[in-house]
Amino acid sequence: MILAIIIVLGVLMLVAAFLALYLKDLLSAIIAAGAISLMASVIYIILAAPDVAMTEAAIGSGLTTIVFLYALHLVKKEQGEKK
Amino acid sequence: MIKRFFSLFFVILLLFVLLPLVTDIKPLTELGITSQKYARDGAKELGAANLVTSVVVTYRGLDTLGEVTVLFITTAGIGFLLRKRSTGKNKKRKASEILKSGTSFLLPLIVLFGVYIFTHGHLTPGGGFQGGVVIASAIVLLLLSDINLHTDHNILNWLESLSGAFYILLGILGLILAGGFLDNRFLPLGEFGKIFSAGAIPIIYSLIGLKVGAELVGILSKLGREE
Amino acid sequence: MTIITILGFLLIIIGLWGMLTRKHLFRIILGFSIIDTGIHLIMVSLGYIKGRTAPIFDSDLSTVDAVHNIVDPIPSALVLTAIVIGLAVTALMLVYVVQMKRQKGSLDISDYEELKW
Repeated sequence: MILAIIIVLGVLMLVAAFLALYLKDLLSAIIAAGAISLMASVIYIILAAPDVAMTEAAIGSGLTTIVFLYALHLVKKEQGEKK
Repeated sequence: MIKRFFSLFFVILLLFVLLPLVTDIKPLTELGITSQKYARDGAKELGAANLVTSVVVTYRGLDTLGEVTVLFITTAGIGFLLRKRSTGKNKKRKASEILKSGTSFLLPLIVLFGVYIFTHGHLTPGGGFQGGVVIASAIVLLLLSDINLHTDHNILNWLESLSGAFYILLGILGLILAGGFLDNRFLPLGEFGKIFSAGAIPIIYSLIGLKVGAELVGILSKLGREE
Repeated sequence: MTIITILGFLLIIIGLWGMLTRKHLFRIILGFSIIDTGIHLIMVSLGYIKGRTAPIFDSDLSTVDAVHNIVDPIPSALVLTAIVIGLAVTALMLVYVVQMKRQKGSLDISDYEELKW
């Protein structure tokens, strides 16, 4: 049962990592990176490390996404973005 | 084309070099020698119920001091790179009504939760880093809802500097009055499981939480105010 | 557990591949953040012992026989600091990229050729 949860979360994390690097829209790529941190936080609970899970959920899928979105807003101008 | 071939070759080479990491590890069946000492004597010597907190604050306190230094240097670097270039003209877009009323309802609850996390760091999972990050995200919510808010960078600077200075001062007090640098036994150990126990660990962790929270609020408000 | 170590290892490989082949500066920083998550997963998974519980003494776990009942607390303590440092370094890199865009106007790494031979 626990092994099934770990396998599903692992496959989702790998798919989200590919999406973060290959989606055309930068906004969706940043959200996919936040989803990786969220799933890693659940795996930390399974590994009996609650402090690390709390820190990873707050920092990885909270503040890192916010900092990326602020930087994206600062960089966007009228011309389109390159690949 | 040839560049892509070289990157693929390099990644496969790294895969082969790191393969013994996966095939040769045997899962642990017993704790290591250092961890056995921490597990045996940690609760009696230091009086904290959360073993990870006592490792972070006292047994490995010097690493935490190094981490606080790295955070300070990065914040200084960001503040240097983002110097204020334009006058503060008022932005035209106001926040929506749901955001404003939701923020005024949720903000005290989130700050209270953050303060609870870092004052109970030695009893339950949590501590200074997590509490500081929760408080910083509450301030980001405030920044999002009121776009002309003026954060006073003077107060943030003084808060951060004083927290850092008091942290070092408590470490030196541990050197003079108890076993070594950042030893927490110069305050009474108290009863196991109460909030005023474990010597100086709650005070040290609260100072770390305030310092981390002030630095993160400084970084985020500088990034949010740029144009 | 071994499967989580393999998962962290695969995340490092994917992140490194992304850093080497993508041209947009933001995707390079995203790849760096993925490598960070993979490394932390490997470190915490190496400290797990099967059948034991978290190192917090409360009404379920007594202090008397703790050596046989808890997982290793040292990797958790190290990863705690490493996650916060990862955030600070990522923020510094992003601010640097913003300044590069302002100086030159391009976010493609093949336009920055001053250090090539």
